[in-house]
Amino acid sequence: MSPSSPQQTGFPAEGPAHTPDSAHTPQRDGAAPESPGAGPVGRRLPVRPDAAARLARVAEASWRPALLLGVLLFVWWLVAWQELVESYLVPSPGDVLDVLADQRSELMSHTWVTTYETLIGFVLAAGIGVGTAVLIVYSKTLERAIYPVILFAQVIPKIAIAPILVVWFGFGMTPKIVLAVLIAFFPVVVSSVAGLRSINPELLELSATMGASTWQTFVKFRLPGALPHVMAGLKVAVTLAVVGAVVGEFVGAQEGLGYVLLASSGNLDAPLLFADLLLMSAIGIVLFVVIELAESLLIPWHASRRDGMALTTT
Amino acid sequence: MHTSTKLPAIAVRDLTCQFFTKRAQTTALTDVSLDIQPGEFISIVGPSGCGKSTLLKIIAGLVRPTAGSVELLGARVEGPQRDVGFAFQRSALLEWRGVRRNILLQAEIRGMDRAQAERRADYLIEMTGLRGFEDALPHELSGGMQQRAALCRALLHEPPVLLMDEPFGALDALTRETMNVELNRIWRETGVTVVLVTHSIAEAVYLGTRIEVMSPRPGRIVRTLPVDLPRERAYGPTLATDVFHGLAAEIRDLLGASSAHD
Repeated sequence: MSPSSPQQTGFPAEGPAHTPDSAHTPQRDGAAPESPGAGPVGRRLPVRPDAAARLARVAEASWRPALLLGVLLFVWWLVAWQELVESYLVPSPGDVLDVLADQRSELMSHTWVTTYETLIGFVLAAGIGVGTAVLIVYSKTLERAIYPVILFAQVIPKIAIAPILVVWFGFGMTPKIVLAVLIAFFPVVVSSVAGLRSINPELLELSATMGASTWQTFVKFRLPGALPHVMAGLKVAVTLAVVGAVVGEFVGAQEGLGYVLLASSGNLDAPLLFADLLLMSAIGIVLFVVIELAESLLIPWHASRRDGMALTTT
Repeated sequence: MHTSTKLPAIAVRDLTCQFFTKRAQTTALTDVSLDIQPGEFISIVGPSGCGKSTLLKIIAGLVRPTAGSVELLGARVEGPQRDVGFAFQRSALLEWRGVRRNILLQAEIRGMDRAQAERRADYLIEMTGLRGFEDALPHELSGGMQQRAALCRALLHEPPVLLMDEPFGALDALTRETMNVELNRIWRETGVTVVLVTHSIAEAVYLGTRIEVMSPRPGRIVRTLPVDLPRERAYGPTLATDVFHGLAAEIRDLLGASSAHD
């Protein structure tokens, strides 16, 4: 066939076997059938969604959880209003909102402290985790040396070593950050190692025939291919980093949401306690969403990130 | 291209290749010798697992033979060769790059002149009918288009030798014929030396200037068949020639005699 009318037979694209690519393609072809007669210009690429369509998708994705949350809030409100449970055990949503409004500035500063510890811990865990994964993947010797130690570090209950960290590092932010790193580090290593190892062997042969250096092979082939796994690990890690920071604050602190939680439960201040819980969850959710956004920017090509894909398989 | 025309593009001498696993030792190739002249198109056919892909990878320096040697363009192959273009069974495109950037990867790694590489990429994109799909990601393309993009990438640096490992095996019959016609044209236009490993007898005869038929494992060359057809070959008429039928029948006999199911 001449170049002006290339073959358009839309057979399932044959992607690398380790990606879900090939599983999705038939659906894609079904959704947008190609016309065999059309030239290259006639076949349109999937259109990037515009703002309105994006908004519609967000709405479509969020109405169910929003509804469920609304129902739960209503039940909470009903329980508190009917005083089915003592108000010092379950405060009304209104009381919690009042606390959030009245003690806004104080709560904000505590939230900031916990966020700061979480973020520093997460960034360190991500850096150390990915770095360790690279060492493990590139050196058999280091793998044998490092992996058992990492596993050992992982099985120690982190909460149990929190008091030691306070003894070592004092009551400042350091023990909280260290705890966040220790908790968040493991999923990053495990997922990054899996990602770096998941490279299609043919790509390594390709890079060899191109004469690529080890560094080029890493930067152009291995690392981009590992990103989907790495991002999955980072999403787990960021929520765990919050836990690490809060647990660190439980053990010894003068500020932060963990400290507020302990104080409010000691005072049986249920509205403050609930407000505090809400703020902790908010940190985790916001950070998680930030990672999700970063993911959609970094790996728009990946199956998990493609628009309008896999509607029947999710 | 090469100045010394007498020098074979590829010289394979007494190649033997064994793989050792925990339980057993497999001999993939035994006593394979080949001389390939510049501009030739060699089709290698053989039953599954006869070591034809291994032979190709040894020529590219990706697999080290147990015994024997390979000379590529007059130099002994000791490690991965940069002077070849390699087309894989699966297109081996980077999922995160569009067609054009996948093709230009070759230039980035080799440190080729950017502007020149881009012109060459545009030429190849035009030649393989990928115009309009420069920015399409691999998953947005059909299997045939993916293989075309991979072919462009393998040709970007104008390699004197193109090694192809069943590149069209995963395509449907119609796409495959189209790709065969395009490959014949690219081969004629560029003068590249091609070694094509294939399962398809029709593909081997239609494209090759010479066909090497291999035996089941341990693979060795059982017959060398010159193809007495002009370099420029129209698809339908070529398949209707007596030469084509004769060769196809002979290959079928050779493969049938040596393996029950291939």
